[in-house]
Amino acid sequence: MVSWTQLADLAAAVCILLGALLALIAAIGVVRLPDLLTRMHAATKPQVLGTVLVMTGVALRLRDPGVVGMLALIVLLQMATSVVSSHMVGRASFRAGQVRHDLLVVDELSDGPSHEEPRGAP
Amino acid sequence: MSPVMRTRRDGSTRPARHRAVQPIPVLWLLLVWLALWGAVTPLLVLGGVLVAVLVCLAFPLPPIDLGSSVRPLPLLGVVARFHLDVVRASIEVAGVVLRRRPVRNAVVAVDLETTSDFLMTLVASMLSLIPGSVVVEARRSTHTLYLHVIDVPDAEAAEEFRRMALALEQRLLRALPPRPTDRERP
Repeated sequence: MVSWTQLADLAAAVCILLGALLALIAAIGVVRLPDLLTRMHAATKPQVLGTVLVMTGVALRLRDPGVVGMLALIVLLQMATSVVSSHMVGRASFRAGQVRHDLLVVDELSDGPSHEEPRGAP
Repeated sequence: MSPVMRTRRDGSTRPARHRAVQPIPVLWLLLVWLALWGAVTPLLVLGGVLVAVLVCLAFPLPPIDLGSSVRPLPLLGVVARFHLDVVRASIEVAGVVLRRRPVRNAVVAVDLETTSDFLMTLVASMLSLIPGSVVVEARRSTHTLYLHVIDVPDAEAAEEFRRMALALEQRLLRALPPRPTDRERP
């Protein structure tokens, strides 16, 4: 007879393993991908889902309502901050010219009519 | 967001002062505080309100003008679709990382329909979490987002991405329809 705690433990183990695998893939991506902008993709997307899965696994294993709030907070802040940081790093690298243009099929930011936004525009 | 200006009696202008302590941020900070402690007791709530008010006084921010009404059911749909897309995007990017052939990318300009700063921010953050794109540049004056899209083999795929991004904006506009502003009212 399998009790529900054993089932929850099994689900937790699967979640944590999958999350760790995604974090590993993200790390491999940061090393393998050719330029900074492409690396930002690897550093944000699989890593966010990996964090969500690890937190779900931890919540299933601990089964403590007091911890769930903090785990939800971790996921929310992870989503909010990874967006901002990837944008800031991507923007800075594009403005500094650190872009492999040979990898781009379409580049509407460099090819479009030059548009000077006043500095410090709101 | 450009600051709201007030006119002084002598005709000169100054930026409007906002009340630093606003109820909704205080409520959010209180929720964060309780989530960190992992329990709800009267003493924790009292301490949380105190800390929230102090944070609001130390880091004052202007109030966010939502500028749109909220329709719960379509919003729920957008959120559900968003979670599915997060999973799909992660698997896609993982696939790009693991396969051997070199990856081609694109920088795509997306002209948004909305004029609201709040909705533009929301679309930008959702787009950078979901379909293999990172916002490289945003132009507020023309409501244009420039997105770096991973794994775009040709120009046709870039068009496809633009359609997808605009469809996401349309879904969001249906969930949060903008209220008519004073300027647009006849």
